[in-house]
Amino acid sequence: MTIDWLHFSPWSALAGGALIGLAAGGLFLLNGRIAGISGILGGMFFNKPERTNTWRWAFVAGLILAPWLWRGFGVLPGIQINASSVLLVIAGLLVGLGTRLGSGCTSGHGVCGLSRLSARSLVATLVFMAVGFVTVWLFQHGLH
Amino acid sequence: MSILFAALSGLVFGLGLILSGMANPAKVTGFLDLAGLWDPSLALVMGGAIAVALPLFRLARKRTQAVTGDPFQWPRKTHIDKPLLLGALIFGAGWGLAGICPGPALVLVGAGIPQGIAFTVAMLAGMSLYELFAHRITRT
Repeated sequence: MTIDWLHFSPWSALAGGALIGLAAGGLFLLNGRIAGISGILGGMFFNKPERTNTWRWAFVAGLILAPWLWRGFGVLPGIQINASSVLLVIAGLLVGLGTRLGSGCTSGHGVCGLSRLSARSLVATLVFMAVGFVTVWLFQHGLH
Repeated sequence: MSILFAALSGLVFGLGLILSGMANPAKVTGFLDLAGLWDPSLALVMGGAIAVALPLFRLARKRTQAVTGDPFQWPRKTHIDKPLLLGALIFGAGWGLAGICPGPALVLVGAGIPQGIAFTVAMLAGMSLYELFAHRITRT
């Protein structure tokens, strides 16, 4: 293992992480809702119509408007996507199916679940991170 | 009021994703690439997030209801079952392929990145696959 010191950004990572934690913990304390993005999206599009979904639309709107607000004050940090279009579509399908089946993603299990000290979320987080490591290894090193 | 709080939370969440580097897929795969040039930054994102969220959830435990008066929707499932493991496995594979998870996908949509929009459409299609077929596994 070689550390990528050039791209290592501890302060922005910690500060950005703190904002994510504030948003997730704040939503629960204020509204009593878990800030799990896959669960929120699932509820928005697939809940029975009588369930209240307005807060989900509001949360997603905030998330989508974040880059707009950022651009109001400066330039967005660089965004680079290396995956091909075919790979992106396959990845999207897997992420959508997997997060709904596993009842959560990086936010629901990784941030909220671990902060609640949930064993179920810890297991899910360890599994998706381990599989993420293996997948990147296969595609960057293993299959060449 | 709760609608305003939800919108603010989404906004702050999104700003956090942008600032932390989570919204940059190449940075995410750089974190997942243990065998290559490894960028450990994203471990600090999770650390920073938990350091702030953990005390807020502890505070919630001591209360009977949320600030708005709504009940706390504590997740009910606590057991580790096959759908959880299989779902986490499928999600991890997709996350590794593109370096995008659901939150950053929406930020990329907001930033108007075409690949982010394509990913998000595919992700919503994946969620409907679950609704069509897989939820029978989870709910039986």
